Amino acid sequence: MKLRFLCWAWCVWILSGHVLASAIEPLPFRSELEEIRFKSLAEEIRCTVCQNQSLADSDAPLAQDLRQELFAMIQDGRSDQEIRNFMVERYGDFVLYKPPLASHTLLLWGGPGVLLLIGLVASWRVVRQRRRLLQS
Amino acid sequence: MIRLLTPLVVFIGLIALLIVGMQSAEERKRVDSPLLGRPIPNLELPRLHEPDNKARTDERLGEPWVLNVWGSWCQSCRVEHPYILKLSENAGVPVVGFNWKDERADALRWLRQFGDAWAYHMVDFEGRAAIDLGVYGAPETFLIDHRGIIRHKHIGPIDEQSYADLMVRIGTLRDEASQ
Repeated sequence: MKLRFLCWAWCVWILSGHVLASAIEPLPFRSELEEIRFKSLAEEIRCTVCQNQSLADSDAPLAQDLRQELFAMIQDGRSDQEIRNFMVERYGDFVLYKPPLASHTLLLWGGPGVLLLIGLVASWRVVRQRRRLLQS
Repeated sequence: MIRLLTPLVVFIGLIALLIVGMQSAEERKRVDSPLLGRPIPNLELPRLHEPDNKARTDERLGEPWVLNVWGSWCQSCRVEHPYILKLSENAGVPVVGFNWKDERADALRWLRQFGDAWAYHMVDFEGRAAIDLGVYGAPETFLIDHRGIIRHKHIGPIDEQSYADLMVRIGTLRDEASQ
């Protein structure tokens, strides 16, 4: 009996812990759409203090401030692009997890493709050479 | 011979790349401010010592000045504090404090304990104005020229080397202002 109670208590504790952990700070969204936009933007914006976390993940005080700002801008009716521009104007391209395609990010976006191409050409040449060796 | 050496050369090249990458890792963590070369945002904030008397960033037009972001909670601010003293003594331009995400009582106590070398302090307890400045950590130090343009931003505590660098840069800004 006692064991059963402990088991229940443990389950409740685990579940409540999960709920608490997944809630950032409760924000009074006016609609579900607002909440979805908030979450997706918070996930694509980097927290500049703790650089490998997004605004959605981070507990840093700056991330809390930026989330408040993000919330206020959504309430203000600003578009997603306006909000991204707001962040980039202050913290630079680095603040976006997905940097824009521009001349200075060309290597970043094109680099993997170029490497793949080099690999394909190299393996094609090796294969061709071996085939020639086998034939002769 | 070339066929044998190619993988070795590629391998050494890769190792060199990784070593360079590791050494510049600290450097890359710094986020270059897009505000460099642009006018400082127009901010109106209460002063730490006289909360009713607001200070504005545009009231300093006509002379170069330094804006130093600090907080009593910030350990590195204590480390750079001796250089703030030196800077306000020797730079010949106002060094203004930007007290960020602090409590008034804590900030005042900190200043009493370590010494107040700044011309005055603007306070941003909520952190709203700091976002406009692109502040992401303390300490940060901005150099602003006589036209109100942000010319340089130093991220992290000022040390011997960055102090010398700041002094040179401030000298340039003073020359520009006097022309």
